[in-house]
Amino acid sequence: MTEHDSLLGGYRVVDLTDEKGHLCGKVLGDFGADVIKVEKPGGDSSRNIGPFYKDIPHPEKSLFWFSTNTSKRGITLNIETVDGREILKRLVETADFVVESFQPGYMDDLGLGYSELKKAKPGIIVTSITPFGQTGPYARYQSTDLVGSAMGGLTRLLGDLGRPPVRMSCDPQAYFHAGLHGALGSVVAHYHRELTGEGQHVDVSMQEAVTLALMHAVEISEIMKVNVIGMGQFFISVRPPPQSLLFTRVIMPCKDGYVYFIFGGGGFGGLVQSSRAMVEWANEEGMLMEFKDSDFSQWDMSTITQEENDQRNAIVGDFLKTKTKAELYEQAVKRGIMLAPCNTIADTARNAQLEARGFWEKVEHPELGKTITYPGAPLKIKETPWKIQCRAPLIGEHNEEVFVEELGFSREEMAVLKARGVV
Amino acid sequence: MTKQVFEALKVVDFTWVAVGPQVCRELAQHGATVVRVETHRRPCPMRAFAPFKDGVPGVNRSAFHTAYNTNKYSMSLDLTNPKAQEVARRLVAWADIIGDSMTPGTMDKLGLDYESCRRINPSVIYFSTTQQGQYGPHRDFQGIGHHVNAIAGFCDCTGWPDSDPTMVFPAYSDFISPWYLLIAVTGALLRRRKTGEGMYIEQSQLEAGVTFLAPHVLDYTVNNRVVTRSGNRDRYMSPHGVYPCAGADRWVAIAVTNDKEWQRFCDVIGHPDWAGDTKFNSVIGRKENEDELDGLIGEWTKNYTPEQVMTILQDAGVPAGVVQTGEDLLNDPQLKHRQHFRVLDHLEIGPHSYHAPAYRLSQTPCDIKRPAPCLGQHNEYVYKEILGFSDDEIADMLVEGVITTDADVATST
Repeated sequence: MTEHDSLLGGYRVVDLTDEKGHLCGKVLGDFGADVIKVEKPGGDSSRNIGPFYKDIPHPEKSLFWFSTNTSKRGITLNIETVDGREILKRLVETADFVVESFQPGYMDDLGLGYSELKKAKPGIIVTSITPFGQTGPYARYQSTDLVGSAMGGLTRLLGDLGRPPVRMSCDPQAYFHAGLHGALGSVVAHYHRELTGEGQHVDVSMQEAVTLALMHAVEISEIMKVNVIGMGQFFISVRPPPQSLLFTRVIMPCKDGYVYFIFGGGGFGGLVQSSRAMVEWANEEGMLMEFKDSDFSQWDMSTITQEENDQRNAIVGDFLKTKTKAELYEQAVKRGIMLAPCNTIADTARNAQLEARGFWEKVEHPELGKTITYPGAPLKIKETPWKIQCRAPLIGEHNEEVFVEELGFSREEMAVLKARGVV
Repeated sequence: MTKQVFEALKVVDFTWVAVGPQVCRELAQHGATVVRVETHRRPCPMRAFAPFKDGVPGVNRSAFHTAYNTNKYSMSLDLTNPKAQEVARRLVAWADIIGDSMTPGTMDKLGLDYESCRRINPSVIYFSTTQQGQYGPHRDFQGIGHHVNAIAGFCDCTGWPDSDPTMVFPAYSDFISPWYLLIAVTGALLRRRKTGEGMYIEQSQLEAGVTFLAPHVLDYTVNNRVVTRSGNRDRYMSPHGVYPCAGADRWVAIAVTNDKEWQRFCDVIGHPDWAGDTKFNSVIGRKENEDELDGLIGEWTKNYTPEQVMTILQDAGVPAGVVQTGEDLLNDPQLKHRQHFRVLDHLEIGPHSYHAPAYRLSQTPCDIKRPAPCLGQHNEYVYKEILGFSDDEIADMLVEGVITTDADVATST
């Protein structure tokens, strides 16, 4: 892509990441950069992460790999060999960004640390994505998505009351936060480089990236001296003494699944209007007549007893159980009821709003003889649209293009490098 | 003082709640001059949410609100007052970037939509972020971020297989959307340097959120498989879970990713026999006997604090981490080393901690220097220094209610 029809067109990224950092290069590539994914000979081990296309475990069929490596070209290179290092430096001379997610110190030990790469290409931006950052007491600690979610504080906020905290089952959320913040840090550094010519090292911590997704959990701990924990299906109101905590069920069963709905009132105008609209609808069908003349603005959630609150929720719950998620959401949109379906991934794939806005992207996979539907743009721009430039690369798919056509290696040299396990 | 990446940039922040303010915060933390436009008559809803200083509500007492507005200036302006138009016009003319996160149609009614702003400032970069986008059948759906959690699918795939979907405490897409926007805004600024052209960026927070479900979307569109709640289980790793520890409601996360780690795990916890047990010596065996294995591991972990388990296992090269609470994060030695939390002294709340970005820039570190402003705190600076109004004009605007004051705060929120 050119600089005219994309935001990052004309800039090159050398992507050395593993699964913890793949999203970073994808984001830069989808915004137009020329991203070259460098894999070890035989392919990255993240190709073994499922789910797999038609459940066939195969390095060219990983849907995790597909979804986190769009808009990248792919080459293989063993950077632990002397030749591999020299070739990488030649590639870096043509690049604007290097993105990596090795253990801190690994690149330095290979003579490929920021100070060396800067010599190869003054102005280079090197972005390092690691679990805890480049230095500090935990810098050498190992992590996974589960550990990242726990150490960043997200796991503590999730799960049922009385059971262990959980990560999100739609994994790997911690890796995705790390990758997105890696892309952000890279682009902020890029802005500075464009103005001044000065490059820099961008040191990204997955743990910190996760802490930025906690909403105000840390502020609650610091100011109120209580820690937020997973609340299961409930919203918990902290009330001034002598009242106890108030549990309000907000994940409510309906005919074919669950919805998120708060039935309440009091000082919050939106909630009053929402509860009233729900009752009006139910009244039209002869239900919730108990609440026909309720003045929701007078409901006092600070003094209501738990029993009364449960009773109200049970009554509205009986009405919800007569409707499907789709029926409830349709009326919620129409009537201004603050109710949302707890969509499954199948529901999300059929969401009318996403469909109407053209969110989904069809990506050709010619070697599979198949077009696959991917999530699309995180935002819309008319002049320089976000775009999946191409599907994720096959192993070594662009070796010829990059090594021979762009870096000028001869076919004989390529044969030697192949024989020596460099590519 | 070190140089700041965005130090020459001027931002008018018409946004509120969470997504837009975080975009402008990050620009401000890297040196941009960000003016937040607010009114006492209808303050940002975040100003009405706990935690409050001493538990007492007040427009300037919420630490939820301050978290997203570091380094900014605040001016008070009632945009619905017809006489506010000249102020708005000067703001738009001054800005490099304009941020909007109002309900679709709001900025049009105020004459501050992109097309109107472009007539005043042709090269302005303008972003709009809303829950479900500026168009489409559900654009007017009135919800909060928690509704988007449910609609995107995050509630359905968080929790236990034998229980119901769960409430996800953070309004999750609010903490994905801002970073995509910032990348686009930065790209737009660079493009403008070359072309002189401004740009309009439109975001649906639902769409930004769904990008984080990509592998599972593909599993559905290709394999027709619907990702389900699996507690802390992983498809490929075992053991992989959150285990009870010594202390009240304390937990540790452990993830064994390969056979070598399994061997070291067994050795270090004093059960080298497990590695030779046919039930547990292969990952297939561990998966088949996972309930039993998790129980046995829990019997070991409960003798130690989560910090002890983490240290023992990490020293043996096995991934493990404390399930950290907000309090744990504030005391975390690694986050301290990285100076993740910066303590700033807010005028009404006093000193408290603010998050820094997740990345450290070697040459141009962020500078988090001012706490979030009180509402209208910088009126004098903004109206006089930035916008060039005279004392008389400002006095008139105060009388006419164009510039709002504490006296305009609605009694109920």
